[in-house]
Amino acid sequence: MFSEIWIPVAGLGGLGLLFGLGLAIASKKLAVAVDEKEEALKAIMPGANCGGCGYPGCEGYAAALASGEADPSLCPVGGPVLMEQIAEILGVEAQAGAAKVALVRCHGARDLARDKHNYHGVQDCFAASLFQEGAKACAYGCLGLGTCVRACPFDAIHVNEDGVAVVDEDKCTGCAKCADACPKNLIDMVPKDLPVKVLCHSEAKGKAVKVICDVGCIGCGLCAKVCPVDAIEMKNNLPVIDNDKCIGCLLCAEKCPTNSIAADLENRKKAVIKEDACIGCTVCKKACVFDAIEGERKEPHVVVADKCTGCGQCVEKCPKDAIDLV
Amino acid sequence: MDYIKELVFIVIGAILINNFVLSRFLGICPFLGVSRKVSTAMGMGMAVTFVMAMASLITYIVQYAVLEPLGIEYMQTIAFILVIASLVQLVEMVIRKASPGLYQALGVYLPLITTNCAVLGVTILNIQEEYDLLQTVLHGIGAAIGFTLAIVLLAGIRERLDRADVPKAMQGFPITLIIAGLMAVAFLGFQGLIG
Repeated sequence: MFSEIWIPVAGLGGLGLLFGLGLAIASKKLAVAVDEKEEALKAIMPGANCGGCGYPGCEGYAAALASGEADPSLCPVGGPVLMEQIAEILGVEAQAGAAKVALVRCHGARDLARDKHNYHGVQDCFAASLFQEGAKACAYGCLGLGTCVRACPFDAIHVNEDGVAVVDEDKCTGCAKCADACPKNLIDMVPKDLPVKVLCHSEAKGKAVKVICDVGCIGCGLCAKVCPVDAIEMKNNLPVIDNDKCIGCLLCAEKCPTNSIAADLENRKKAVIKEDACIGCTVCKKACVFDAIEGERKEPHVVVADKCTGCGQCVEKCPKDAIDLV
Repeated sequence: MDYIKELVFIVIGAILINNFVLSRFLGICPFLGVSRKVSTAMGMGMAVTFVMAMASLITYIVQYAVLEPLGIEYMQTIAFILVIASLVQLVEMVIRKASPGLYQALGVYLPLITTNCAVLGVTILNIQEEYDLLQTVLHGIGAAIGFTLAIVLLAGIRERLDRADVPKAMQGFPITLIIAGLMAVAFLGFQGLIG
């Protein structure tokens, strides 16, 4: 009678014990060295799984980092803070990778860029662009139906009242989801805090642009001519700015006849030399590409306010930190 | 010769005639859950094949070496669940060690198989049909191939369905269940394959 209970208990218990032991031994023998670094990296990942780094999700990026394939600066969500943490775990120096933000290369507001028809279909840029490339007369322009807004996981891009998408640079993490979503391909990922930004990507010829949009780039090339450091090159009727060469003098934005280049001209600064700190070394004079600094050797130099563009080249070069931008 | 013929019948029977998903209605959960893409369905099928073959073999040994001598055949279900659960764990460890590539491909699906009733179903059917060892293993493999066939077919249909204009109320699982039902009806056509 008693055996009816203990035989199954012992039988199944024994089986369980046997399998348990087998698994215990197996887990010891077959233990795969899990990379401690990888675990630590997984823990600090933001977990947005946005794919902005180019790897499949945060885990994929952590694995790639641990194996040394990936650069610590790739995560757009974590930014410089995360980059430092990653560098600490990996024991490498963090190179300051410039944070990227999305830039909508169109500012053809409703009254500036004309429509060629009234669109009443599905309120989505993809759907709209299927019919005659969208309602805008300009085939390159922002349709303003918010496909990018819906793609943004961070609420960082919105369509303004003029029907053009605008990026909130404070919220933008640079994950490039909006850029992928835009059927017009007019969202580019650019370094944050660029001094000048080209806000048009119409490759059409000048006259064709002029007829349909008041603020479109007509490809006149004035910006390229005026650039003192040859940082602008005209390609397909559009200026391409070499950000490494650009010194931020904003001359191109000033000269652009259609205001296609955006720059913060209102808060433009001027260089001012502190007289008592200047030793008259002439370094700033040589550095200035606008001849905006005058003065004799060993005499305090002065900035010619009319010529100064506030690019800050002299500030960087001055050995005595005697120049301020105000 | 008759024996070989029997083996062939067992395999073909498990794949087509008594397809585990579409005719016995076992393993419906992964059938619906992991059939969004052909590639993942294929991965799941491979993992199930592996586990079913192993589980058939080991449950056979457990049944005839442990349960029967002790006279506790009524504990079959619990014992087999024990076998399958530990087996999946072991398989996961082995694959992880031996082939990281395969682990990457199967890794996510392996733990899911622990609760796949098709695996338990095949092991219990093996005993009910009184198969010998070779027949048991072949039946396990055949059943798994049948499962893979069904899930990959469904995944292929579902991939196309994503682009189809399905009425709103039918989108997602409703239309999938109808398709699964139609597939089951279609598989009924294999009923007379082996006379």
